[in-house]
Amino acid sequence: MTATYDGNMLAGPLSDVFAVEVTTATACCGGCGRNSTVAELAVYGPGPGLVARCPGCDDVLLRVTRTADSIWLDLAGMASLRLPAAGG
Amino acid sequence: MVRSAWRPAALVDRRPETATATTLVLQAQDWPGHLPGQHVDVRLTAEDGYQASRSYSIAAPTDGDRIEVTVQRLENGEVSPFLADDLAVDDEVELRGPLGGWFVWRPEQREPVLLVAGGSGIVPLMSMIRVRAGTSRAPFRLIYSVRSPADRIYAAELRRRSAEDGGLDVAWVHTRVAPENDPRPPGRLTPDDLAAHGWPPDFEPTVYVCGPTGFVESVAAMLLATGHDATRIRTERFGGA
Repeated sequence: MTATYDGNMLAGPLSDVFAVEVTTATACCGGCGRNSTVAELAVYGPGPGLVARCPGCDDVLLRVTRTADSIWLDLAGMASLRLPAAGG
Repeated sequence: MVRSAWRPAALVDRRPETATATTLVLQAQDWPGHLPGQHVDVRLTAEDGYQASRSYSIAAPTDGDRIEVTVQRLENGEVSPFLADDLAVDDEVELRGPLGGWFVWRPEQREPVLLVAGGSGIVPLMSMIRVRAGTSRAPFRLIYSVRSPADRIYAAELRRRSAEDGGLDVAWVHTRVAPENDPRPPGRLTPDDLAAHGWPPDFEPTVYVCGPTGFVESVAAMLLATGHDATRIRTERFGGA
């Protein structure tokens, strides 16, 4: 199955959650250990939610879904998410 | 509560680009400006409250509160046929953005740039070309893959800019129908096309590739195979084949 989008399009949906621009952050895959820029993740969606997978091993790294009163964010597949800090 | 970043925007002008692509000029309140390559999310709300949003690349440089996007109409699309055909001047949508910090070119970058576009993947790359004129002398090469000459978005402007903007070269790849005088037979973009119209890897160009997912994957693999460093390849995929 071909991914419908890539992580660039997560910028808007994740701007509701993060104070910084998150597509330049580095996601470390909990499955294979590969470091990927969030913009490079393979993204499937948009409904019922967005699912971002590791470009190396296809493991699910991030899921984000919006319901009527909540945003659900699942980062369980990531070993870490390294965000660029201001001034860093 | 999470904050909401949507702002109202009204359509002020529309321009046909091809039979299926239309440029929309939107006026938003308090637009903070944007970088070439960034996108916006456009949200529509139906009378019954149903909402749908999609991402569109910004096509033109910062111009006050005006934002241009070029929308390719997808036959079975939920949002693009409405934007391309039905949205009228003075109609309102909502915008979120500017968005994205990775698929971005900044005029202070000095290195050579290769832009590779598939279909409407030209849109964010056109924003880079338009911003470059007058702000940068970084050498740019564009390879633009389209099905047929009629599918070229911004064709006249690209012809003019390749003659007038010093340091901008434009090469066309036709996948189904080529112009009569084109020595290249129609076919998908190949490593030979990249070698003929791109930069050698040792020039250390930054490469921006945008198009349907299959196109982007294929071009990125060719670039890696010819020795381009993965850290200098930036990709943006918008689905499809």
